[in-house]
Amino acid sequence: MAGDCTPKPVKNAADWVIIMQLFERSDESEVTVTNSQGKVSGGERFFQPAIECMDRTALAGLQLQRLQDTLANCYNNIGFYRNSLDQAGIDPFTFSDLDNLRFLPFTTKQDLRDAYPFGMFAIDVKQVQRLHASSGTTGNATVVGYTQSDIDNWGDLFARCIALVGGGPESILQVSYGYGLFTGGLGAHEGGIRMGSTILPMSSGNTKRQVQMMRDFAVDILACTPSYALLIADTAIDLGYDPANDFALSGAILGAEPCSEGMRHEIEGKLGVKVVDIYGLSEVMGPGVSCECRYQMGLHMAEDHFITEILDPESLQPLPDGEWGEVVITTLTKQCSPLIRYRTHDISRILPGQCWCGRTLRRMDRIAGRTDDMLIIRGVNVFPNQFAEVLAEFTELTSYYQIVLTRQGPLDHVTLRVEPTSDFSFDEIRRIERLERSVGAELRSNLQVNVEVQVVEPMSIERSEGKARRIIDNRSDE
Amino acid sequence: MIDQLTVFLENKKGRLAALCRALGDAGISMHALTIADTERYGVVRIIADNPTKAQSVLSEQGFRASLTKVLAVEVPDVPGGLAQLLEAFELADVNIEYAYCFSAADGKAIDVIRIDDNEAAEAAIQSIGYRAIASEGL
Repeated sequence: MAGDCTPKPVKNAADWVIIMQLFERSDESEVTVTNSQGKVSGGERFFQPAIECMDRTALAGLQLQRLQDTLANCYNNIGFYRNSLDQAGIDPFTFSDLDNLRFLPFTTKQDLRDAYPFGMFAIDVKQVQRLHASSGTTGNATVVGYTQSDIDNWGDLFARCIALVGGGPESILQVSYGYGLFTGGLGAHEGGIRMGSTILPMSSGNTKRQVQMMRDFAVDILACTPSYALLIADTAIDLGYDPANDFALSGAILGAEPCSEGMRHEIEGKLGVKVVDIYGLSEVMGPGVSCECRYQMGLHMAEDHFITEILDPESLQPLPDGEWGEVVITTLTKQCSPLIRYRTHDISRILPGQCWCGRTLRRMDRIAGRTDDMLIIRGVNVFPNQFAEVLAEFTELTSYYQIVLTRQGPLDHVTLRVEPTSDFSFDEIRRIERLERSVGAELRSNLQVNVEVQVVEPMSIERSEGKARRIIDNRSDE
Repeated sequence: MIDQLTVFLENKKGRLAALCRALGDAGISMHALTIADTERYGVVRIIADNPTKAQSVLSEQGFRASLTKVLAVEVPDVPGGLAQLLEAFELADVNIEYAYCFSAADGKAIDVIRIDDNEAAEAAIQSIGYRAIASEGL
């Protein structure tokens, strides 16, 4: 599992000098600190250092004031919240202590669905600048509205991520998230606008052209899903390029689906980039709710725009820092679609301690799974990402895999399909069988689940241009 | 030593035909083909007249094809011809992973052998007056 909380030492004292200079230069105003080349050599880049490195007490004051405004906005303008706050006996106008957040009522995905289409908007839809919606495969879509101020804030969040991976106004940003109702494409796009970067709005698909333009335009930063980044890398290599050396790419901001450490290293190696994990969900805002810095030791949360709680998924009580639980988010600045204690069903934890990058914004760990995507296999709770972490230990295997669940009689049967790397020797059958056996043994000892491992032909596992479909659950069909 | 083409094939209808068609269309001729099969997949081993080209043709078409160095030994096509070779290997402690044979012209057979110790094997072959051949000799 990702989440080594021990800070790595700063390489040299000069790093600290630069960080301290940033503090001095960033007094009350929001400033982007850049030199003439737009880079702070050897140091950390910031988009909004005054906030990202804010004194914690001042930040708590800002959070309380914004939470009070949000509660008033919710109570005055959204029927759902007027009811739920009244039922919980909360007077939103006398709320004066952040610790009392734990007594506020929750918001669930179903609440958002029930309010379809605009029941959770705090303003008239005519005043709304833009609408996004998440897929409604199992019910009504959840619709989220943004005012211009909401969009600007969102852009600022993603612009911070561009700085986190070392980019700035001089960067060329290739956005290969899908554009449309999905928040990935336009969220990254807004970030590029706020940062002043040059935006290449590719959307997803047409991968050969993605590679061609990435190379010809000397793109610096790529934003897309991790599985699509890997497909872009493999396509570039198939076309005869060595992107790690031939391309100008230096950073990748990847999110919207889990990425194992093994997959991260594979992408970093093939593209020659630093990969940072970005978190967000459309109900809350979109990508940028939190993002890793270059130390890759957890995702800095945008605590000036959201309060993140980690709760025990059973008791729904707050957990201490360091313990895994469900991520619950309260928005602080959203005008159109504010949320109080939204249950994300994502599993993470708060990483204690301060990061070496100089930000005071606290960090959450990478998402370990989802409470509702958790697979229950013969009574054992398993997160799909745990498979990926085990596979990452095998250098003979690529990052492509697929889990197929079937029922054999009364019992669950798990088949894991894996593709070996191109230099794996197929010539002796016992080598194939040995690989299948050792992967199976490793999974059994890590997950306590018996898995039938199948080595399959190259490219026989479906490649994805968006979120990869890694699990095929056929148990209910039989 | 010669290059043997090894292809990993899942047991799916039409895969072997597609493989042979791909080689045929590329103008590649096969001297021998053998399949080691399991429940779910087969490993196809092929001696072809242009293994390097064959591998690149198959890889382009999405097959997992690789080249493996194997011994090809010219053996007299008479009873006991192979036995004599294997006895020499046994004497030299040479372990065989797999082997198969095909008949060539002029009363000769060619035995293709994958072994773990090539130097000892070549010495054993010479000790009984047999000849290991290079790919040009096929």
